[in-house]
Amino acid sequence: MTLATTTTGWTREKAAEVIAEHRNLDGPALPILHALQETFGHVPDDAVPLLAEALNLSRADVHGIISFYHDFRHAPAGRHVVKVCRAEACQSMGGHALAEGLLHRLGLQWGGTTGDGQVTIEPVYCLGLCATAPAALVDGRPVGRLNREKLDAVVNEVRNDWSHTGRVGA
Amino acid sequence: MAVTRIFIPRDVAALAVGADDVARAVTAQAATLGAEVALVRTGSRGMFWLEPMVEVETAQGRIAYGPVEPSDVPGLFAAGWLEGASHRLRVGRPEDHPFLAAQTRLTFARCGIVDPLSVADYKAGGGYRGLVKAIELGGAATVEAVTKSGLRGRGGAGFPTGIKWKTVRDAAADQKYIICNADEGDSGTFADRMILEGDPFCLIEGMTIAGLAVGATKGFIYSRSEYPHANATMAAALQVARAEGLLGRGILGSDVEFHLELRVGAGAYVCGEETALLESLEGKRGMVRAKPPLPALKGLFGRPTVVNNLLSLATIPVIMDQGAQFYADFGMGRSRGTMPIQLAGNILHGGLFETAFGLTLGEIVMEIGGGTASRRPVRAVQAGGPLGAYLPPSQFDTLYDYEAFAARDALIGHGGLVVFDDTVDMAHMARFAMEFCAEESCGKCTPCRIGSTRGAEVVDRILAGKDVAANITLLEDLCNTMKFGSLCALGGFTPYPVLSAIKHFPEDFHGRRLPVAAE
Repeated sequence: MTLATTTTGWTREKAAEVIAEHRNLDGPALPILHALQETFGHVPDDAVPLLAEALNLSRADVHGIISFYHDFRHAPAGRHVVKVCRAEACQSMGGHALAEGLLHRLGLQWGGTTGDGQVTIEPVYCLGLCATAPAALVDGRPVGRLNREKLDAVVNEVRNDWSHTGRVGA
Repeated sequence: MAVTRIFIPRDVAALAVGADDVARAVTAQAATLGAEVALVRTGSRGMFWLEPMVEVETAQGRIAYGPVEPSDVPGLFAAGWLEGASHRLRVGRPEDHPFLAAQTRLTFARCGIVDPLSVADYKAGGGYRGLVKAIELGGAATVEAVTKSGLRGRGGAGFPTGIKWKTVRDAAADQKYIICNADEGDSGTFADRMILEGDPFCLIEGMTIAGLAVGATKGFIYSRSEYPHANATMAAALQVARAEGLLGRGILGSDVEFHLELRVGAGAYVCGEETALLESLEGKRGMVRAKPPLPALKGLFGRPTVVNNLLSLATIPVIMDQGAQFYADFGMGRSRGTMPIQLAGNILHGGLFETAFGLTLGEIVMEIGGGTASRRPVRAVQAGGPLGAYLPPSQFDTLYDYEAFAARDALIGHGGLVVFDDTVDMAHMARFAMEFCAEESCGKCTPCRIGSTRGAEVVDRILAGKDVAANITLLEDLCNTMKFGSLCALGGFTPYPVLSAIKHFPEDFHGRRLPVAAE
């Protein structure tokens, strides 16, 4: 099962369509933001005034909502996203050293993207894979019982995959 | 030749260790041999060290093999696994395995056994008998039954479920809501996820009963974006339920009406706190609300709202089906019924262990869990998630119930236990707790927002060996301020891991312990 999708370039019309699709829900802000990010790979700043109008909020309110949640990006991520679990259960199985080692080998900080634009490494706090730790989510695909070799292999696999141009944050 | 059913989990933890690859290998090998097999994708039984665990339906019942690698598959066919033959990976009947045989599965009775999207499977396993009973009894008697069962909130605070329901039932309003808190953000917990993936109709039935009981016609399941697989299964189950008349109007031919929506959070841990969850569902920043007013009186969109943890709601069907007394007869003291304990981290037998309250912590970790996976000594067990205390082996005599844990300054929380071996650096874990709180604080109250950042700085000074004794005093003082001055459990409970680490593992704070193997 792959959750990777090709993302669309920004158009006002597409954004308005996405907003219209969800605006009749009770409390529609989060479903709309998820849908925008799924469509464009991030929540473009240009969407803020559209959303403000649709939800009858100020632009500052909308910015406040977007910036509160870790999931929403205002710029695109790399073509592939690797979410590495930093939480306690994974730490108990050496997850801390594993993640730090990966970042070091890629020359990245948390949230950084490789120079070729292929891979973004993001922290995640618990994937519910605590009995098969340490774990990560690679383009939405779960991988558990990781060690250095296995983690490098999955990262290299997606890094060498140019078959799709973008993906959404799961 | 008869078709043999083969059960392979599609629980995300099984997928993470290759269940899909195994399923493909089974299909391919069966085709090569011309063997008639039908694959059923289930949830997990919760014996994760054996995943991917494959079960074959034979004349002697379902026989399990695990952990299966794709390369094992030809050999399993050759050995005659379709007849349940012996093989080095043969586990036998799962129910006979000591890990399952020792459990009392009420909430998890069907998980790992049924096809999660089959209503027929669900009903064959006892599903919807609870709702039928609730319809017969009516709302008031249903609330009374839940109260009598002694069920307490499984999300952490342990508040009696029946009392919460009665408050909502007695409130007058044009609209009431049932909310399932499935924002299972605690490390070491995965019980909610297993139900979402393995027995979603159980939650749908539980929430429908709750709606009937308090007079709510609308419900929301608030899940996490970190659980894409669970959300996909739950969304599919909701569609099936709507199509089969198990949601909507006139459920099971009665006048019960209940509508249910799945909502997904956006990576903010604090939204697991019920009032932050309500704000998030309303489309706002997930900022904690001051209580009162209670959500039971003024909850979602200002209406009376039941906010229950997923495990509480998923336990309602069996309580209604088997009766309040049946449920209350399990457990001890004021901790009634069963608790799905999640064994996680550095543990040999990691998984889901549902049992009546009252075992000791040591029995759970050492006997059921088998000690560490690394085969090194256990040094600490964190109970109840990232805001829970670290307990040393000297406290393994603590009984697993709400009151006994509270007496030791510890929490049961959502039932997670994360085991660490002797390579753990507890000062690092204390710092991590503060850092996590700083990262996830909603920012509304000062003790949590600023206290956590200052807390991480103080631990850094301790780690650097600067004025250690004075800084430990300062850290303890700061923890007290957070504990008593924070609006919600995030700031209020972060002191538990920090103070317990200082108390039980002082050697990690006073002059550094010699580093053991780094990884």
